[in-house]
Amino acid sequence: MLELSNVTKNFGGLCVLKRVSFTLGEGEFVGLIGPNGSGKTTLFNIIAGSLHPDGGKVTFSGRDITGFPPNKICRLGIARTFQIPRPIKTMSVVENVMLGIFFGRKNSTDASRSSREVRQEAFEYLNLTGLQVDEWTMPHELTAAALRRLELARALATKPQLLLVDEFMSGLNASEVLEASAILKRIRREKKITIIWIEHVMESLMNLVERVIVLNYGELIAEGKPAEISKDKRVIEVYLGEDL
Amino acid sequence: MKFMENFKKGTPLLILALLMICPFVFSSPYLLHIFILIFIWSYVTTVWSYMGRFGIISLGHGAFFGIGVYTTALLFNLYNVSPWLGMLAGGLAAATIAVILGYSCFKFGVIGHYFAIATLVLAEIITLVIIALRDTLETGGKLGLTVRSLGTSPLFFQFENKLIFYYLTLALLGLALLIWKKIDDSKVQRALKAVGEDEEAALSLGIDVVKYKTTMFAVSAFMTALGGTAYIQFTMFADPTTCTGVGLSLGIVFKAIIGGMFTLWGPTIGSALIVVLEEYTRLALGSAFVSYSQIIYGLLIIILIRFLPGGLYGTFSDLFRQKRKREVQVLLSGRQAADPYK
Repeated sequence: MLELSNVTKNFGGLCVLKRVSFTLGEGEFVGLIGPNGSGKTTLFNIIAGSLHPDGGKVTFSGRDITGFPPNKICRLGIARTFQIPRPIKTMSVVENVMLGIFFGRKNSTDASRSSREVRQEAFEYLNLTGLQVDEWTMPHELTAAALRRLELARALATKPQLLLVDEFMSGLNASEVLEASAILKRIRREKKITIIWIEHVMESLMNLVERVIVLNYGELIAEGKPAEISKDKRVIEVYLGEDL
Repeated sequence: MKFMENFKKGTPLLILALLMICPFVFSSPYLLHIFILIFIWSYVTTVWSYMGRFGIISLGHGAFFGIGVYTTALLFNLYNVSPWLGMLAGGLAAATIAVILGYSCFKFGVIGHYFAIATLVLAEIITLVIIALRDTLETGGKLGLTVRSLGTSPLFFQFENKLIFYYLTLALLGLALLIWKKIDDSKVQRALKAVGEDEEAALSLGIDVVKYKTTMFAVSAFMTALGGTAYIQFTMFADPTTCTGVGLSLGIVFKAIIGGMFTLWGPTIGSALIVVLEEYTRLALGSAFVSYSQIIYGLLIIILIRFLPGGLYGTFSDLFRQKRKREVQVLLSGRQAADPYK
């Protein structure tokens, strides 16, 4: 459903992505890993339209979406979360999720729907991500873990076919990581959407995903099942140093 | 509680009723004149705040006001077109310029301070154009222009009776406040609130940032131009310093800041205060200190921005709301109060 071919991106003289190509099948759960600065988030930004590639092509459901603005890509069915959560701080948590329902969907038939109905639906998404809040809870009252769940709920509210999750577990404690895993599993089971997930918490990632893509200095260096990747010589080199 | 709610709902109607009767109680033409000025500037400041309260700061509304003023006056003076049509023409001209400027700015990420500067330049350009067309279009340049008087002619938007202007401008202000309410109840309000705070997050949620911002800019420009028409038909005289340009633009912004641009009544309160202050200093100090009011004005703004950034009305209504909300919250959840700035 998503196809990247030879995607290249430079920031000034720095080459952040070098001819990255991969394809994603319907309903796949893919992990995207790599050391810091390897270009993972840049790749997300390109798929989501926040950045435009200097070369290459992004195709989604058979349609060339290279260079589309983020709002259009969202409406086509690709939702994303941000590495550092970006809630709208002046709106309550529920209202943040309502934004996704109101604006992020393919058909904006929601205009005629009553606020109450939309609010109800927003609470369903919050429940799905296990976030317990009331109508008045503001984003600044949430913990780091909860803010990440809000990001996820807000993205899911746009009814995406493809979800880009940028670091769902960083900064969480051990029990929160377990909960987070359970949430992702549940979303997979209930929503049956395709997910690409960037994560540094390797253990959880390897247990959950079906396929792993590894980036290093903007190059795709390995791709395969988690079990294969954890034995891949180049990947081990990248993560642990060469002379091991 | 119930009483308070009804009271709150009824207040605007009560104020409206009082204002309707007002001219019969104080029949002094001078007071009527002041009221009309307050209504016009409240109207313009309110429509400016349509954008301002979402963080889209325009310093070019003087240009739109001037377009309203001069389009109407010139069409009438030169081609005998009724100012009622001129009003529409001025509005459309202002909206067109707003769409062109807004779309190109927002599309290419000219936002925040940069957008403010772009609009500031627009204000200056329009002033210069008016001055440059002194002879070709008989704008009168810096000396100003006078609208041909027909006495009282409803078809040509000319009335000798100030009472008619009183009710007309009051209606305009009412309309602006009503549209504010409509915006508040619509999706547009949510979209712009999100955009005002975090444009990238808004984009990622499918909000068409460029469309919403441009539309709001155009609506605001259109309505500002209508205010210009009302103003010129009332005063029958216009010059570039009072009717357009940077000074006027800043005047509108200051009125909004002083009253509080985030609340429905803030811009009105701010405008009323400034008009009265200007009038008072002018009368009390006379021509010896012509610009004395400007100094007080400046000091007031510094003090307000430092201590009451929500504006006069804004800050006090927030305090009130905060208190009430906290009570409700503790009642419902037993938790600590949430951020009152919703």
